[in-house]
Order: sequence, then structure tokens, then C-alpha cells
Amino acid sequence: MTTEEVHVIFEQTLKEIVPDADLSSVPGDTDLRETFELDSLDFVELVERLSKRIGARIDEEDYDQLRTPDDAVRFLVAHAA
Amino acid sequence: MPEFRMPSLGADMESGRLLEWLVSPGDAVHRGDVVAVVDTDKAAIEVECFDDGVVSALLVQPGEKVPVGTALAAIGAPAPPAITEPGTITEPGASPGPAAAPLPSVDAVPGQRLATLPVPAVMPAPPAVTPLAPQGVSPLVRRLARQRGVDLTAVAAAVPGQVVHRADVERFCAAGPPARTSRVRASPLARRLAAASGVDLAGVPGTAEAGAVRAEDVYRALAGARPGPDASATGPALPAKRPSVPTAEPSTVPTAEPPTVPTAAAHAPSAAAQSHASGMRRAIAELVSRANREIPHYYVSTSIDMTAATQWLRARNRELDVSERIVPAALLLLCAARAAVAVPELNGHWVDGAFRPAATVDLGTVISLRGGGIMVPVIPDAANLTIDHVMAAVRDLVERARSGRLRASALTGASITVSNLGDQGVDAVFGVVYPPQVALVGFGAVRDRPWTVDGLLGVRPAVVASLAADHRASDGAVGARFLRHIDRLLQKPEEL
Repeated sequence: MTTEEVHVIFEQTLKEIVPDADLSSVPGDTDLRETFELDSLDFVELVERLSKRIGARIDEEDYDQLRTPDDAVRFLVAHAA
Repeated sequence: MPEFRMPSLGADMESGRLLEWLVSPGDAVHRGDVVAVVDTDKAAIEVECFDDGVVSALLVQPGEKVPVGTALAAIGAPAPPAITEPGTITEPGASPGPAAAPLPSVDAVPGQRLATLPVPAVMPAPPAVTPLAPQGVSPLVRRLARQRGVDLTAVAAAVPGQVVHRADVERFCAAGPPARTSRVRASPLARRLAAASGVDLAGVPGTAEAGAVRAEDVYRALAGARPGPDASATGPALPAKRPSVPTAEPSTVPTAEPPTVPTAAAHAPSAAAQSHASGMRRAIAELVSRANREIPHYYVSTSIDMTAATQWLRARNRELDVSERIVPAALLLLCAARAAVAVPELNGHWVDGAFRPAATVDLGTVISLRGGGIMVPVIPDAANLTIDHVMAAVRDLVERARSGRLRASALTGASITVSNLGDQGVDAVFGVVYPPQVALVGFGAVRDRPWTVDGLLGVRPAVVASLAADHRASDGAVGARFLRHIDRLLQKPEEL
């Protein structure tokens, strides 16, 4: 998957959990959990959906690499099946 | 014979507006069937029936606002099979006995109106329920679907995760002949995804057997093309409700229901959402004012070493599928529920100047809503659940609370409540007890803190557990015992 494809999937998935999330309005290094008020359940939901869509397992140890939109897209591109 | 009454959906609720009937006179209903949608100040709530029988009369019309306890419908003996047309029966009909006029009176003695009706030996069977029909569909909708020759499963696919209402069937019929949907072969998940993301299934190349569209195909279509006019884009800028699409695999939800997803219509009424937001603020204000006026609170707190719990969770989550992952919050909920069994003085209600212990731990769970406000749905008998069930229950409740589709049964009767503000980054919570409950358990963030073990200073993950309790019902020593018990449970998570 290309970075653009992954970015679309990521934004789409985030919007399913936070409907008014707009990645274009925040810097790429913004803290996802804080900016979009994701609690631990939201985050698990996000991870679960992303994991299915890119076809790769995301472990709890990887959560630190999903801290910002830029980090997340980088991680997902690297791990996409 | 029972009446179906406006339920109390929380200690703060005085009246509710009937939004929609999901049954009509003559319909057979069963305990647990969703029969109506009621609008409280906070949200639209699906209300279940508590009895088996046949709806003999609807006493309140949609749009009417009535006090809690008002009879909404009469549930009677099974009517003769002649009754087929909805809306024609206004009284318990040909039944013998003094059937009073079915007025929506508040002061009617429960059951009196229908008390003389003959009790049937056998309850009527529900009208030809398709075994594959989606759950929670009311008899009225089933009948309508049958009349129009519509496959309810197809309607449900177009109304992802939502309970199918009459309007959905009508919209489905209006949208085009059923043949259109049957032409595109697609998995239920693919249909839900397509509906949720605004993708036209007809334009998605299917890769499954016989060219059927699978979920992956929809994802590919989404990734390949700019997403169409998706539901979220048209949502209100600051929704009080937070809709979301279904989990890809609803395997974590213990009930057989599809996950909750609002229809497109649910996004539109931002005015309703705003009115709920201000109504909710008012309701919260009233409740906490009463709590602080009536309840002499005391507070205790303790720091708990979370090393064992976090290690256990991590090891467990590493082995399991992502969808079965447990968050610390679920573990804390379960420990609080189990501790409430061990310290029953905190589990129950203060009524008429005395404490009444509850038989089970019905755990209220504070869920904060995007855009402000809280809902406090209940996990019934939480102490007897496994950790997986608690996790599934809390995920389900959060999803429902935020999409505004909580069931009435999930909002009533908490015996103790937990507020976890750990995700908001606070160290500790000192809450307000929800009357008539007598205790509120608080958890802060699980974070690394300096910790002494055997005279040496180390760093350990820790959480501050706190308790706000009603001093009329218990004393500080009881609260301390409760928190110690939570601590003990968290040191041996594998035994939970």
C-alpha cells in the first residue's frame, strides 16, 4: 500500500470513531489521543479496525508508534500486508 | 394483565416523550422485545417490554410527553385471530368484563383495567418470525415487511447495526425494488461497511465466490477512490452523540445483536442533539445538587501497585486476537464489582432512611460523551462475569451510549457506580455519589510512580483507587476495607 492509500484508510477509520475528526486541520505530529479525545476503549477500537484493514497485527507494544498521525501512517505503511 | 408504563430511566427522570411505537394493537409481544422509543432529556432510548402478551391498546400517542409511571399501553390476553389491522383496536375488545376506556391516566391502578380478562393457558406464538430476521425487530415491522414482501435481512443490511424500524422498511421499499439489492451479491459485513461509508456496492468489483463483494473489496474501493459523501462528513460539527460504524467483526459483543450504528437520519437532527445536550446538563445538575444536598459524603483513597495486573494483561493480550484485547479499565471495573460483593455495605440503595443492600452488583459505569455530558449505563450482575464479558459489555455500552441507542434496561438500577478518569490523565477521582446509591468508586490513570518495596525505592505502574460514599450508610473503615479488597484482587489478576 502506498502512503496515500494508508492515509485514506487511517483517516476513514479514525472518522468512524470520531466523526468530526479532520486530519487536515491538525499538524502531523499532534497527539492523537489528546486531540481527538480517544479513551482507551476508542483506541483499542481504532487499533482493531486498522489491524484488520492493513492485514497486520498491531501489538500493545506498538501503541507508542501510533501516537501521532504521521507516526501512525508510517507504521501502517511499514506493516501493511 | 400488565400495563406497559413509562419507565424511569434514571433517578433524575421525571417524564419522557414517546417518540415511536414499534408495535401496534394486536401484536404479540414478549418480555425483552423492544416495543417503543422514548426520548428523555438526555437521549432517545429503546424501551423493552417486561411482559408476555398481546398489545390490546396504545394509550399514548407518539409525541406525547408523560410522567414516569404513566401507562403507555395495555398488554392483554391474546386477542382473537380476527384482529389483523393495526390501529383499529382501541379497547380490549370482545373480552368480557368492565373494560374501562383506555385513557392515558396517571392514576390508574396498575392492572385494574384488564384484571378481569381471562388469562390464556398458552401465550400466543409470535407471528411467523423468520429465523434469520435481525434481532430486536418489532412485530409491527415484521408484519409490514411481510406485507410488502421485503426481506428484513436485506433491510437490516441497509440499516447497519441498527434496530430496523418501520420507516426503514418504508425507505427500503421506496428506494427501489428488492431485485436491485439481490443483484449485488455481498457479505453482510460488506453491506454494512458500504452503507456506513457511502460506497455503492454495485460499483465494487467482488472477489468472493460468484463475484460476491467481500468486506476487503469495500476497503479496497475506499482506499482506491476518494470516499464518497460519507455519513460522518454531514454530521453536526459538535455532535453530542458520537456515531460510529460497526466493528468489523462483532465477536466481542456477548449478545447476538449486530453492533450499533445510527442511520443517516440519526446524524441529521443537530437541534435534537443540542436539546439533549442542554437537557442532559440540566439533568446532571439536578442529580448532583440533590446528591450534595442529601448525602453526607466521606472520601478515602489508596495507591495500588499495578505491576501484576499490567503484566498479566500484556501477556494475555499478546496471545489473543486484537479484537479480544482487554484494557486496564475493564479489569478495574471487574475488581470493583467483586469487591462490592465482599463489602456489601456499599452495594445498594439508601431508601426511606435506611440502607437496602442489593442482591447483585449492578455496576453503573460513567461514560463521558463527546461534546459534553455523561451517561451512566449499567452492567448487570457484573461480579459474576468473566473479564472477557466485562470488556465486551463495556465496549457495547460505550458504543451504544455514544451513538444514542442505549436500551432502557441498561440505564436503570445500578447498585454502585465506577468512574474512571484515567484516560483523561488525572491521578485520582473524588466523585459524587448517585442517589439513591451509597458509593462511587473512582480510578485515576495507571502510570509509573516511585514505589518502595522492602525499603528500596523502585518504579512501578500504579493507580489511585478512591471511594466516595454515603456516611449515613457506612463509615470510613468500611470504605477502607473495600479499597483493600480491590488491591488484593489486582495482585492476583489470574484468579479473576
